[in-house]
Amino acid sequence: MENKLYTITVFSENSVGLLGQITIIFTRRAINIETLSVSPSALKGIHKFTITVLTTEDIVSKVVKQIDKRVDILKAYYNTDEDLVFQEIALYKVSTEKLLGLGSIEELVRKYHIRILEMTPDYAVLQKAGHYEETQQMFEELSESIGVLQFIRSGRVAITRSKVERLSDMLESIQQKFEKK
Amino acid sequence: MGNKITGAHAFMQALIEEGVDTIFGYPGGAIMPVFDALYDYDKHINHILTRHEQGATHAAQGYARVSGKVGVALVTSGPAATNAVTGIADAMLDSTPMVVITGQVGATLLGTDAFQEIDVVGITQPITKWAYQIRRPEDIAWAVARAFYIARSGRPGPVVLDFAKNAQIQEVEFDYKPCTFIRSYLPIPEVQPSQIEAAAALINGAKKPFALVGQGVILGNAEKELLAFLEKADIPAAWTLLGSSAMPTDFPLNKGFLGMHGNVAPNKKTNECDVLIAIGMRFDDRVTGDLNTYAKQAKIIHLDIDAAEIGKNVKPDAPVLGTTKETLPAITAKLNPAKHTEWIESFKEYETLEFEKVIQREVHPESGELTMGEVIHKITHATNNEAILVTDVGQNQMMAARYFNYTKTRSMVTSGGLGTMGFGIPAAMGAKMGAPERTVCMFAGDGGFQMTIQELGTIMQEQIGVKMIILNNHFLGMVRQWQEMFFEERYSFTEMQNPDFIAIAKAYRIDGTEVHVREDLDAAIADMLKDDKPYLLVVNVEKKGMVYPMMPAGATVTNILLGD
Ligand SMILES: Cc1ncc(C[n+]2csc(CCOP(=O)(O)OP(=O)(O)O)c2C)c(N)n1
Repeated sequence: MENKLYTITVFSENSVGLLGQITIIFTRRAINIETLSVSPSALKGIHKFTITVLTTEDIVSKVVKQIDKRVDILKAYYNTDEDLVFQEIALYKVSTEKLLGLGSIEELVRKYHIRILEMTPDYAVLQKAGHYEETQQMFEELSESIGVLQFIRSGRVAITRSKVERLSDMLESIQQKFEKK
Repeated sequence: MGNKITGAHAFMQALIEEGVDTIFGYPGGAIMPVFDALYDYDKHINHILTRHEQGATHAAQGYARVSGKVGVALVTSGPAATNAVTGIADAMLDSTPMVVITGQVGATLLGTDAFQEIDVVGITQPITKWAYQIRRPEDIAWAVARAFYIARSGRPGPVVLDFAKNAQIQEVEFDYKPCTFIRSYLPIPEVQPSQIEAAAALINGAKKPFALVGQGVILGNAEKELLAFLEKADIPAAWTLLGSSAMPTDFPLNKGFLGMHGNVAPNKKTNECDVLIAIGMRFDDRVTGDLNTYAKQAKIIHLDIDAAEIGKNVKPDAPVLGTTKETLPAITAKLNPAKHTEWIESFKEYETLEFEKVIQREVHPESGELTMGEVIHKITHATNNEAILVTDVGQNQMMAARYFNYTKTRSMVTSGGLGTMGFGIPAAMGAKMGAPERTVCMFAGDGGFQMTIQELGTIMQEQIGVKMIILNNHFLGMVRQWQEMFFEERYSFTEMQNPDFIAIAKAYRIDGTEVHVREDLDAAIADMLKDDKPYLLVVNVEKKGMVYPMMPAGATVTNILLGD
């Protein structure tokens, strides 16, 4: 089976040490985490992890079951890029002098849809949102033309295209089943 | 209400609320307030002082495995917690319900490399169902309730509570509510009728069905349901190491032991059956050998409580999620009564082959040195097959698994998944405490016995009536066997000079006998079983005995060596 990029979504209780519990499941199978992003979800007290990994469907399905099994994990599932609307964000710090030396900042802004977050006599911070290839392409172009002083890219955030069962509905049905017992 | 008690006392009361009456433990600085409180609860809780924290955890495992209750171990911080790690890992791999409480430095010292501070939660997270640090006395009741619920529910396993010293000392109002629900944790999946239908249809269409019985039957208390299932459709069945004793040995459809040192017939038949029904077992590599050639001809049904086991090693055609207590009778109800006489008869050929090539000379030798098999065979018969078997790890374990017989369930305690040498003595103590009315026979090699030999002190102090048998071959036998078979007889560091084991037992005031020749064996066994006191029987067996049959690691399940 060939390797592919999978996006794993995990909803968890906000308890101490959860990130560790999740990452050791990848470590045991020697899978690199490509990107990781964690934040509070739409539901109070519940955290959402978005993790991307390059692996096979067979492995990702097993890993997701192992994650889902942990006591404090509410739900874990995986998707491929076709199922998702996703985005990353990147920041580029460049020398202001060199940036101005490019001649037309407008061209750069139009080409990459960048925003300029800050500009001082010394440096400028540019922001670009996009897929990995897009932020990477801009990084490479800037590196070649004027050099990049600092560069940072966020983990992926993603939303599924399909009409999946929403977590709040799932929680409600779990609660109802429990109360019936 | 309004009555405040110390965290340590609250903790004791929480344990009592959970029905705990036996604890295996070892004190130390960071758990002293709890031990001090224990002093006030000696009428409710019987604390057994082991001689090492590893022993406390294995004893708790042995206790849990025979009684079905949650085993409890109580130890201090730092080195005590790391000593407990082996037992925790063992319980995780063998799905044994256990709560281990470790002392921890006070909350203000956490993270400072304080004396005997280690990151217990960090260390144990990968080898527990749940690991939690109690930092405030207000969390005690909640954490204990949750710990026991998680340890015993669903697929059982170990839980660690790391108990900071300040929380043991500070006062709190005690208000206990048992835990019955955690929204992020659904221990028993709901039975899905479509899965039941699919499984029943496959079985009803089968000409050569074959069932593999794992510990999931015992953990689900589904032994009766299993027999009814097998009988209705006349399905021959074999068991994994941890499925030992789920079926009585003399149950007509019981076709023996699976895996590397299992019986020939069930291993061969795995690759001849048309429908393979795995019941609460996890297709361990010691059972399956090479997965690429494992049961490829068969439709596979997999009953398990743990969704992560479904498809982990073998992809089933019909997965059946749920507890065996519910799924087995649900499938049975949909089965057509059937007879598979010819198919079942066909096991005989391999049974005869194995008897002639292996069992005859191992169990009924007429001359030469004593063998492990004959000792085990004699002892199981001397107990009317009613005893509990506890084993250590190695040749002794595989031989005991092969030749010990059962009439009752929950009669076999062994370290299967982790294969922990040193498991035997402490696990046997726990088993005897968990089933005091039963005879407990513990078999160990001369190597493994010496890994936890200090627990003889516990046995002496508590007068725990375990019957210990050392099958002494003066070698780390199982490793020596592999050296003989796969490493050109290069016996690198496997021969051992042993102490006078009987003299050691005597020093602990434990009775014992050493046997060198066949003629003395029966009398020694009778002497061992004459009462309910602790006893050590040392049997000097052949030095270079081999466990056969053997399916070499990673080989096809039908590639079985008989040593002829
Ligand atoms: C703690 C631990 N260390 C090492 C091993 C590897 N090992 C497996 S079997 C075995 C030999 C056991 O020898 P002994 O206890 O004398 O039993 P025998 O095989 O001779 O019955 C060893 C060293 C193990 N399973 N556990």
